[in-house]
Amino acid sequence: MRFLSTLRLPRGLNRSAHQGPPPCDCVSPPPRQQRRLAKTFVASRGLLLPVVALALWSIVAALHLVKSGLLVSPLAVLQTGWQQTVSGALLRALSASLAREASGFVIGTVGGLLLGSLLGFSRIARRMVGPSFDTFKQISLFAWIPLISVWFGLGDAAKVVFLSLAALLPVTAHTCDGIHAVPRSYIEVARAFRYSRLQLVAHVILPAALPSIFTGLYLALIYSWLATLGAEYLLVSGSGIGNLLIDGSEQFRMDLVLFGIIVVGLTGWALNALARRAERALFARRPFGAS
Amino acid sequence: MSDTAISLAATASGNSCARRIARAWLRSAAWHVAPWLLPTLLLALWTIGSERGWIAPQILPPPARVYDTLVELARSGDLASHTLISVQRVLVGFGIGTLCGFALGAGLGLSRTLEAYVLPSFNAVVQIPVLGWLPFLLLLVGVGEPLKYILIAHAALVPVTLSTLQGFRQAPATLDEVARGYGYSRWQRIVHVVLPAAVPTLATGVRLAFTKAWLALVVVELVASSEGLGYLIVNGRQLFQLDLVMAAVVVVGAIGFVVNHLLDSLEARLRRGRPSAFRE
Repeated sequence: MRFLSTLRLPRGLNRSAHQGPPPCDCVSPPPRQQRRLAKTFVASRGLLLPVVALALWSIVAALHLVKSGLLVSPLAVLQTGWQQTVSGALLRALSASLAREASGFVIGTVGGLLLGSLLGFSRIARRMVGPSFDTFKQISLFAWIPLISVWFGLGDAAKVVFLSLAALLPVTAHTCDGIHAVPRSYIEVARAFRYSRLQLVAHVILPAALPSIFTGLYLALIYSWLATLGAEYLLVSGSGIGNLLIDGSEQFRMDLVLFGIIVVGLTGWALNALARRAERALFARRPFGAS
Repeated sequence: MSDTAISLAATASGNSCARRIARAWLRSAAWHVAPWLLPTLLLALWTIGSERGWIAPQILPPPARVYDTLVELARSGDLASHTLISVQRVLVGFGIGTLCGFALGAGLGLSRTLEAYVLPSFNAVVQIPVLGWLPFLLLLVGVGEPLKYILIAHAALVPVTLSTLQGFRQAPATLDEVARGYGYSRWQRIVHVVLPAAVPTLATGVRLAFTKAWLALVVVELVASSEGLGYLIVNGRQLFQLDLVMAAVVVVGAIGFVVNHLLDSLEARLRRGRPSAFRE
């Protein structure tokens, strides 16, 4: 609890606030170095659990404690991964999945930005479309897949339609919210300065709505990655990382499944990191303070 | 002459007043009707389109047939049994996931040490979506009920854990200071300061968890199930009975909608019923 440590209270009252290592009374290193040391210590503590789990897994697998074909050693997973990478199967699957994700994300985002700004700017449009949109949003996205498969087949077209839908919903909702929630005072100031409509939008509303819009884009990126997997599961055709997982599961190859899960996790993490970096770069020169 | 001018002005103002009232009434009527325009229009297009043969019934069955199918499903008891199974799965999975999420989130929120050890691993595992775990669990526990419970619980656990962690960290420092001043024990501070401050965030987490759990249920039932609402959808698709598919989609949407509204109002009530010190 950060706020606990900022309090300056008598020692007796503050006793329970100490967590982690007790403060040492010896000659302390300069604060910067100390902080770096503390940081590495914290990071290394986070590694303990995975290392223990990995060790346990290796030991159980090496000693054949469990008689099951499903228990593969970490080494086998690594070998499978190497094979998949060298043979190009991984690259093919990953690039097919990511290409679909990218096209679905772009289509859905463009549609979501347009629809969201229409809903955000026009009170009448919000009143007419908003409730229907909210109701539509409540229906589980994946429930649409069977219908989409009837309308668009099992190929890439159906998948991209589904992914665009997955990206469209959060972008629309957050764009509309962001534009709608611009503080009235900002608009009044702009009015007082006789901003034209275009100026108002370009210099006041869009910058103020940007964080919310960006949240929508960020969610869209994550949702469309989830939807990519879902689409590959439920519209089984072509290649993709989801098909790799299904193949592994159908052939009872736990090593392939585990490798696929690792790839999925790493890709999700990379997309996350990408979005965060973009957000930081974008908001480094924001005209408005954090609001 | 001046009299006529005054009376003319009076009638004119009376007229314009009536007109203004009529206009206001019209505007308010239009305002109330507006949300229904789009659904009505779509339904009308759908009905007319299937009657005139613009839309093949194999692509989109007429609304009347979807309605008939829905009524028939309800009357035969199939709908009730499938819905019951789905709801039961969600309740069990959601319950387990929420409880574990509260426990884990509270632990992480109260202890920086635990957070340092566990949170990085938790964050790494969270990167893998529910669908990624599906083939793994399919091999490990088979297609039975445990598979559904585990996946739904996992879907609910993540948002509850993260929001509990966040909620436990946001008690106002001033309140905590006061509690310390009064010599509250650690436990008393948790119950009287940290928990009340965390309530809104927890409620948001639970609502989000339900949405995720419902989504996970549909996915699991679509992929691996022989009963439940998701199975109805897949079954209808395989038999090319789109009326069945649409009827099941309608039920899935309706249940999600109703529960979400219930949780929404519950959240609002929780926010309103808090002690004034914790209100923003």
